[in-house]
Amino acid sequence: MTQAVMDKNEAAVARFLDLAASSRPDLPSWFLELRQESAKSFGRLGFPSRKDEAWRQTKIDPILTTEFSLAPAATDKAALEALSESMFVKLGGPRLVFVNGHLDEELSDVERCPEGVRFGTLSRALREGWPVVQEHLGRYASFREEPFTALNLTLADEGAVVHISAGTVAEEPIEIVFLNVSAGDGPATVHPRVLVVAEANSQARIVESHLGSDGCTYFSNPVTEIVGRDSAVVSYYKLEQESGEGLHTGRIEVNQERNSNIRTSVITLGGGLVRNDTGTTLAGEGGHAELEGLFLVGEKHHVDNFTRIEHTRPLCDSRELYKGILMDHGRGVFRGRIVVAKGAQKTDSKQTNNNLLLSDNALINTKPQLEIYADDVKCTHGATIGQLNADSVFYLRSRGISRDAARSILIYAFASEVVNRIKVDALREALDRYLFEWLPMGKAVKEAF
Amino acid sequence: MLEIKNLHVTAEGKEILKGIDLKINKGEVHSIMGPNGSGKSTLANVLAGREDYEVTEGEVIYEGQNLLDLAPEERAREGIFLAFQYPVEIPGVSNTYFLRAALNAIRKHRGQPEVDAIQFLKLVREKAKLLKVDDSLLNRPVNEGFSGGEKKRNEIFHLAVLEPKLALLDETDSGLDIDALKIVAEGVNSLRAADRSFIVVTHYQRLLNYIVPDFVHVLYQGRIVKSGGKDLALDLEKLGYSWLEEEAPVPSR
Repeated sequence: MTQAVMDKNEAAVARFLDLAASSRPDLPSWFLELRQESAKSFGRLGFPSRKDEAWRQTKIDPILTTEFSLAPAATDKAALEALSESMFVKLGGPRLVFVNGHLDEELSDVERCPEGVRFGTLSRALREGWPVVQEHLGRYASFREEPFTALNLTLADEGAVVHISAGTVAEEPIEIVFLNVSAGDGPATVHPRVLVVAEANSQARIVESHLGSDGCTYFSNPVTEIVGRDSAVVSYYKLEQESGEGLHTGRIEVNQERNSNIRTSVITLGGGLVRNDTGTTLAGEGGHAELEGLFLVGEKHHVDNFTRIEHTRPLCDSRELYKGILMDHGRGVFRGRIVVAKGAQKTDSKQTNNNLLLSDNALINTKPQLEIYADDVKCTHGATIGQLNADSVFYLRSRGISRDAARSILIYAFASEVVNRIKVDALREALDRYLFEWLPMGKAVKEAF
Repeated sequence: MLEIKNLHVTAEGKEILKGIDLKINKGEVHSIMGPNGSGKSTLANVLAGREDYEVTEGEVIYEGQNLLDLAPEERAREGIFLAFQYPVEIPGVSNTYFLRAALNAIRKHRGQPEVDAIQFLKLVREKAKLLKVDDSLLNRPVNEGFSGGEKKRNEIFHLAVLEPKLALLDETDSGLDIDALKIVAEGVNSLRAADRSFIVVTHYQRLLNYIVPDFVHVLYQGRIVKSGGKDLALDLEKLGYSWLEEEAPVPSR
């Protein structure tokens, strides 16, 4: 049995390494060397198994047993058109749109890029030798311990770079869109790479979205690194609406310098198997980190949010709020790891994970994990798992609101705590619309709101 | 308007109401008094349709139909309103949005056109003024972070906006200081009308100084043991409830 598992894992590793060997992108030598180093790491680490503590609740079998190819650009034009018309695309600012990992120039629009912001594809940034890329890429999301991060860099050749120069306030939201559409050649795999560097005292709001077309099987493994320099303020939103057959293992790794204020908000609306690794390192004094998440899990889908906050310097605070709504046979996992290093005195950290189970067959596994090595800190955590409160439902019904509408109002209210904090109006409004369409009595409820 | 006949109710296997008979005509205010645990709140909640209770015997006729056949929201749309003893906090739902949803559900049921946001705002402002409800409470999530007094006032505010035919006040006075009590009572009095009836459930007589009832009923161990006019409340205030233990029939098992 163990042997069989090992073989499956090793065979999959070999297949992905073959994919890397077969692709010879025209990239600078320092980057190709990094890719090779990552490949070595990946070969050594292999895919995780459920024996790994961090993967105990999440089975990655479909990733191991499916034969993926590197995706060509889309051939399914109708599906692409439908996806590009999604309410979550075209939020009003400059955008880069990638289809199956390749830039789609027609759908992209970087003309309106605000002054002081450099925003382009990774391949262009590498070709033109943007110094910010060589300085930062791969420094925060370590490929030496994380297999999926190693795999990303082994195969990464495209993605986006956002460089906000010191003192710049980018008014318009910056949008990075990854669309996954059937290319006719069977299951495809993409490994997008995003780098965001917000220089001192700069501000920006960025939306990274991943949308997959219905019925399309693929494996997307994006990695995003965000650097917040002294006093930078960044709100980073990651929206996932992968297909029911889509597999997504994504990572966001944030590095915060002095007094920076960085928020990540991960919204998962769909995906057969989704794993989000979201980490923040508070590497300078006075940093403020916010980690938010909302995950809606239905059918037999599985969504795993694995978060990590590392307080390494004094006087930082972190606020974490993840909310899960699970229905049908949906499975959810929340892990909230918070590490307070020895020198990180006066840390103030608060973690909350609330989950709503809407069916008897839905399941959530939630676990805080606090490791505190400093003695003058304030760390609180709390998790709840529950159904809709019967008293609340009765209260609404006793005022004339139908049972289904009452339930919908309460589910909406539960989700809105995360949605209302979204500072990109177009995204927040789209999510609101989406929620109302998704709720059982959404239309009736929306009329009331 | 409402006729309760031999109503028996159990909760978690325990019989709480043991044969209630009560008739309420249009425009009347009835007060139900009694010691804690006598079944007062149960009666109000059963009439509003709370599902934690089981009616084992008897019937309730409201405006010619069998009330117990209706879902809570259907009762509300037919004009029944319960002011909760413990109003529920609903984070994320603004008080006015919620009320507009409720009002429109009721209006739709009655074949009336729905009110739009502007008309509704006007209505809400008017009623808020009447009940001295602070504007800030209107836009906050329902009852979230409200003080005890604010919650109770908000219940009466809902009542004023939804304009029911039969209002059930479940210990609306509990926990209110005298100023808050007066505001709530004034609100209720301003809503008294020839076609609107009230059932006021209370433990203490004080509220009845301000909301003067037409009839007072004493509920004890699941039965109405005494009925009378408004003076009965004053007697109860003087005597307390201890006399009941001697006078009331021993419940048969």
